[in-house]
Amino acid sequence: MKVSLNWLKQYVDVKLPVAEIANRLTLAGIEVKSTNVIGANWEGVTVGKILEVNQHPNADRLHLVTLDLGSRLETVVCGAPNVAVGCKIAYAPIGTKMIDGHTGKVEVLKPAKIRGVASNGMCCSEKELGISENHEGIIILPADTTIGAALMDVLGDAIFNLEVTPNRPDCLGMIGLAREIAATTGSAFHLPDAAYPEADVPIAERVSVEIQDPDLCPRYCATLITGVKIGESPEWIKKKLISYGMRPINNIVDITNFVMLEYGQPLHAFDYEKIQGKGIIVRRARSGEKITSLDGIERTLNRQMLVIADKERAVAVAGIMGGANSEVSDNTTSILLESASFKPACIHFTGRTLNMPSEACTRFERGISPEMTIPAIKRATQLMVELGGGQAAKGIIDVYPGKTERKSIKISVASAKRTMGVEYSLDQIVNSLTALGFECHADKANLSVTAKAPYWRSDINIPVDVIEEVARIQGYEQIPTTLLAQAIPMQKTAPLTALKRRARNIMVGYGFQELVSFSLTNMDVLVKLSPESKKPEPLPVHIANPASSEQEYLRPNLLAGLLVALTLNKAFIDEGLRLFELGKVYLNRNGELPDEPDMLCGVLCGPRAERWWQGASEPVEFFDAKGVVEGLLKQIGIVAKFEKSADENLHPLDQAAITVDGQQIGVVGELHPLVKEHFELTQPVYLFEINIPMLLPLIKDKVYHQIPKFPATMRDIALVVDSGVTHQQILDTIKGFSLVTDMALFDVYSGGQVPTGKKSMAYRLTFQSPDKTLTDQQINGVQQAIIKKLTTGLGATLRG
Amino acid sequence: MIQRLSELKQTALLELDAVKDPSNLESWRVRYLGRKSELTNMLRGLAELPIEERKTAGALANRIKGELESVLETKTEALKTISQQQNMRADESAAAQGDITLPGRPIPTGRLHPISETFNEIADIFISLGFQVVESNDVELDYYNFEALNIPAEHPARDDMSTFWIDYENERGERQMLLRTHTTNVTARNIATMKPPIRVIEPGRVYRYEATDATHLTMFHQVDGLAVDKNITMADLKGVFYDFARRFYGEGRRVRFRPDYFPFVEPGVEVAVECAICHGNGCRLCGNSGWIELGGAGMVHPKVLERGGINPEEYTGFAFGFGIDRAPMLRYGIDDLRLFFGSDLRFLRQL
Repeated sequence: MKVSLNWLKQYVDVKLPVAEIANRLTLAGIEVKSTNVIGANWEGVTVGKILEVNQHPNADRLHLVTLDLGSRLETVVCGAPNVAVGCKIAYAPIGTKMIDGHTGKVEVLKPAKIRGVASNGMCCSEKELGISENHEGIIILPADTTIGAALMDVLGDAIFNLEVTPNRPDCLGMIGLAREIAATTGSAFHLPDAAYPEADVPIAERVSVEIQDPDLCPRYCATLITGVKIGESPEWIKKKLISYGMRPINNIVDITNFVMLEYGQPLHAFDYEKIQGKGIIVRRARSGEKITSLDGIERTLNRQMLVIADKERAVAVAGIMGGANSEVSDNTTSILLESASFKPACIHFTGRTLNMPSEACTRFERGISPEMTIPAIKRATQLMVELGGGQAAKGIIDVYPGKTERKSIKISVASAKRTMGVEYSLDQIVNSLTALGFECHADKANLSVTAKAPYWRSDINIPVDVIEEVARIQGYEQIPTTLLAQAIPMQKTAPLTALKRRARNIMVGYGFQELVSFSLTNMDVLVKLSPESKKPEPLPVHIANPASSEQEYLRPNLLAGLLVALTLNKAFIDEGLRLFELGKVYLNRNGELPDEPDMLCGVLCGPRAERWWQGASEPVEFFDAKGVVEGLLKQIGIVAKFEKSADENLHPLDQAAITVDGQQIGVVGELHPLVKEHFELTQPVYLFEINIPMLLPLIKDKVYHQIPKFPATMRDIALVVDSGVTHQQILDTIKGFSLVTDMALFDVYSGGQVPTGKKSMAYRLTFQSPDKTLTDQQINGVQQAIIKKLTTGLGATLRG
Repeated sequence: MIQRLSELKQTALLELDAVKDPSNLESWRVRYLGRKSELTNMLRGLAELPIEERKTAGALANRIKGELESVLETKTEALKTISQQQNMRADESAAAQGDITLPGRPIPTGRLHPISETFNEIADIFISLGFQVVESNDVELDYYNFEALNIPAEHPARDDMSTFWIDYENERGERQMLLRTHTTNVTARNIATMKPPIRVIEPGRVYRYEATDATHLTMFHQVDGLAVDKNITMADLKGVFYDFARRFYGEGRRVRFRPDYFPFVEPGVEVAVECAICHGNGCRLCGNSGWIELGGAGMVHPKVLERGGINPEEYTGFAFGFGIDRAPMLRYGIDDLRLFFGSDLRFLRQL
């Protein structure tokens, strides 16, 4: 919200520097985001009076203007069309920093001869002084402006760009802000005088108001002003509207806007003559009811919306915008002025549904106090009488079904300390609250205060609300810093969080770069994962209102993101890429919150390591990916098996399910060649996916086993088996021989002397007993038993 | 014979002295101590000597044998040391003759993502202050993201958090599921499920329907925190933030609290940390304010506690939340948030 300091100063006598006022407001909770000081560069710019205007000897459009600057006379060249003898103008001497009217750049005014005539300074336009964009003529100051006065004192201002939090609708008006400044700086505050003469005719004889839905309209006030003359607003109103960023329209509409900006209370002016039956009815809109709003657009309403209607039809969408059918026009003579209070949720809903954000809507939906209606309507009526030349009917219609008593809220020195950690004295509490307009009753014996919030505050409901007000005025910098003194609660940092961190660190140790990618993705990428370009089943979680078609679905896997990353970083594949992401995927459970397991997905592509001067590395293969998985799981404390799998994204012959106790926890394999093509990758991609939460219950507690005291004996055996026999089968067969403590495969061979359809597998067996040195005889016995078991179980023979 | 033994000793010692090459030690040993050496022969021939001479000569021969064995051992050790030193010198010169600036054998180098690093760092600080990490779901019910936090359907605070809705309507035609707009949803869940004393931090991804630019994305990361116990005050909240700022941003960084409004806390504060570049004097980075806005915080609203089954008469608590993506941006001087999630190795390998 843009707020002029000059305007604020009409209600508060604050003498502090601009930056300090901004700082106080910010520290009181109304953040001043930036300040635009108008006149920051106006040093030396003064008020002058035009004494003479003469034609420039060498240019038709230029004049030589003689100025009275109070202490001296000066002649300048001026090209403005609006120079006239007697006008008061803004004079800038040589050396003034000003904005070039044509280029918009800040320049220092230099001595210059214009068409042969020296100009000693210049008369300025608003644009040249940074007041507005107006460059059509020079500034003409009011006739009573003092000659020689610094322009800063006449036109200088500061425009605060400030942000009012949603709980403070009262601060969406100058008076509310002035009250805050007064309270935080200790300055005097005064309301404008809103008294006006009334005619004899009581308003009740001319207008009636009926609220049919009091739950949506707690209060409706109206005045009637007859005999007004529609015209332009005076400069001072126009200027204030412009300073806020509003466009002046006519005196009546401008007054409603001006008073809204002054008090924060939106108002609406109806053309009284256009109100059928001279009666206002506040009611819910009928389903499908239509109204053309002031902007000329036909709106279709529904039962959740509130309208202001006359006997025949809706004349306004309550709290949002008036109707064209009751609009104030140039011919309007009588004004029915509305100042009402509407239920915030209703206004919020209507504004959003009709897509009609407005200044009024913003104020109503934040819950401006119903008590603001009367002061605001009085002020606007006064101005309409004064500036519109009208006559006010006697009295104000005030229908107030939603009147509530202002609550008395009790706080104490102790309760304030309990929240803030500061012991405010009873005086500090009472003074802070009184400064903000609270009515306070102090109980010195109990060190407590009973406070009633001022009528303009709608946000004070419970004791902590009142405590906050005290703290705000006393300043948050007064709050000390203490360390939590309570005992530390029992710690159970989620094991999953710890495991995720562990897994990430292990992956980094294995040379993988971590990626973090968007959770939102699109179907184009997801279908690429299928060799047949099928959509994933079940469909991923769909966003109803995606920001773009790029971000329509929640990712059901991490792989797509990693493959996109590989494509993006193609240039690095020749160095060997190892990428991983550990994060959530979102699995649709139609109507239930999705399952969101943390997955670990890694991809390997290119050579095992960067090219080196002693020779290049081999390209990665299936067993590189598998080795990573095995290493990771071993470090975490899990022994997994690898079983045949049929994942459709993977190469049918080069993939395995990772299982523990028969439960699949992931998959490892080569990316399906067609999928690889979809992502425009040429080299084989190896990958693995592991479901991290599934690992948690599988992690075995580590137990220390004594380091064996007795020597181990190694024996190598070479087995010839059918080529279909797996390493795992051999391991499983040998399991159960307690004296064999390790069995390491060191060679797999086929061809040569090994018969077709067979392969040779060479193992180094380690024999060791925890309680004795094994004799050759004992070892031979076990070895023979093993071979026998392998022969009967798997048809293995010893290679000769 | 006794004289011969002395001569033999003299010769043997002189010869041993002259040995420089360890491989010559063995021939020396064979010559003087071997089975066929003169000394061994003499020892064998002792039996033929008269008893008196046998005694003296035998003792002398054995002593000389022992002496020779001992010096051989010493000499062997000495030569070994010399040869090791020579070997090392030889290696050294080989490397020096080659080029020690040649690149070492490359090993694949992994890195944590800067967001993960930042999460870890923040978590560690809060864990040391007695907080525990709790994570929750990104897709959330309207209730925990809004209602439970005093943000009913028509609340203006919802407008500041434009929401992505999940495309699913219940039997009443209402959309109930959304992408959480803040990690405060975990605060709402923890208040509903945990019993005081509570000290938790809640990191995670959050989503807002916003126009994307260098500093705004539809997805970003936050950490919320919550402490509920008897007698927790705003001063404790300030203390926690001072400690956090000191450890995360550096010694001596001031923290500013100013009133702000969040529906789920009362009083609410905006927390700002002194700008690292200008130390509070105002610069371009901090928009001339001297302060970098960190996030929002406050004392948990009594209604929020009550709704979660915690008696606000008995317990008080504070809650806070802040975005974390800005921390690595400020730390590394990154001007475009999109780089974090773009997977470009030219970017990630720098960090």
